[in-house]
Amino acid sequence: MAEQRTNSRPPKGNFIKAVSAVVWKDLQAEFRSRELFSAMLVFSLLIILIFNFALELDVKTRQSVTAGVLWATFAFAGTLGLNRSMAIEKDRGCLDGLLLAPVDRSASYFGKVISNLAFMLIVEIIVLPVYSVLYNINLFQPGLLLVILLGSIGYVGVGTLLAAMSVQTRTRDILLPILLFPVVIPVLLAAVKASTGYLEGLEFSEILSPLSLLIAYDVIFIAVAFMVFDSVVEE
Amino acid sequence: MQAKPVTLKILDVFSIITLAVSAYLALVFAPTELVMGDVQRVFYFHIGTAWTALLGFILAAVLSVIYLVSKDLKWDRLQVAAIEVSLVFFFITIVLGSIWARPAWNTWWTWDPRLTTAAVTELIYIAYFMLRQGLDDPERRARFGAVYALIGGLSAPITFFAIRLYRTIHPVVIGGNNPEAEGGFAMSADMRVAFFFALFAFTIIFIDLFWNRVRLGALENKVEQLKLKVTM
Repeated sequence: MAEQRTNSRPPKGNFIKAVSAVVWKDLQAEFRSRELFSAMLVFSLLIILIFNFALELDVKTRQSVTAGVLWATFAFAGTLGLNRSMAIEKDRGCLDGLLLAPVDRSASYFGKVISNLAFMLIVEIIVLPVYSVLYNINLFQPGLLLVILLGSIGYVGVGTLLAAMSVQTRTRDILLPILLFPVVIPVLLAAVKASTGYLEGLEFSEILSPLSLLIAYDVIFIAVAFMVFDSVVEE
Repeated sequence: MQAKPVTLKILDVFSIITLAVSAYLALVFAPTELVMGDVQRVFYFHIGTAWTALLGFILAAVLSVIYLVSKDLKWDRLQVAAIEVSLVFFFITIVLGSIWARPAWNTWWTWDPRLTTAAVTELIYIAYFMLRQGLDDPERRARFGAVYALIGGLSAPITFFAIRLYRTIHPVVIGGNNPEAEGGFAMSADMRVAFFFALFAFTIIFIDLFWNRVRLGALENKVEQLKLKVTM
């Protein structure tokens, strides 16, 4: 069986084609229904609203907690999106179809990662100006955007793998955040630290260590997820 | 049903004896620490349980890789046993640490790298068992468990480094000299005896519990198969 699979594996150029096909499929489905995106966006805005009351975001506290509020928002909204994007595949048996396709299975992993990342980034791109306007803080700094990109990559990379596992369990609706949050704590910590650094205008040398931690995390976990994804979707 | 192996029975008795001796050494034999007083005696069991628990978590991550390569359910049973025993040991470590921290740091808990990492590690492995509970097929349960234990085992040390970005006050008694640490001390010769014996004792106890748990796992597996046979 293993031999057959190696034989039927297509040449390398097709890998990128397969990945982009999965991404395209997800984006198109989302473009038609807009279920996931609207849910994530509204949820994010609600979380910011709740934080406003919970933390009494006055001018003084705002400075120090903005990064924390933003990342908590992204993390919560992210689980919503990850869960939904995998649940759709599972519900209508689309996952089986995806796995039956004669392409490398890691192609579907990377496809899913890229489309989930796209949803998350779009939500973040909208949340940032809204937050900037509401709280009168300029969040459009290239450094901060880089941190958000790196943090989201790590978050989605692990999240997609764990979502693929959690949708196959009996407790699929509640399990993902429980699995995901303890293992993405390094991402959230480093991202908050680096974001605060950029917002407070610290020297680059002080932001370098959380930034390199983010990059290391992204590389390690995407590599591991790539290696073990096969055993997560195996039937 | 196969009887309990004789070696395991001997090990059971031996681990009870070592625990008793270790308790004697820690509570009576070792001298009282000058600054902190008797509460420092918690340290012997604190390190003993922490050391074995960490060893167990590392073992579990290694077993993940072995299982994912070999797909033999035997390794999954070893992994569950290692994580279950380590989870309990690590919990004991945290509770003992808290008892010590109350007089030494004047607080039960502080968000120091070691403490935070310990809490996160506990949560990771609790999540591991929740994941397993949601799956019925033993083969899939083993696969997902192995993947999650691998991810968790990689993430825990990175969490530690991540929190290092902030400051630490946890003392490092062996080969550490952090000027910000509070509650560190130098060990006398008698303390060293108690300390190394505690390490030895908890290693033996860990091996004993681990072995018993692996055996229990094998029996569970047998019961499950017999049940399947009856229903078919």
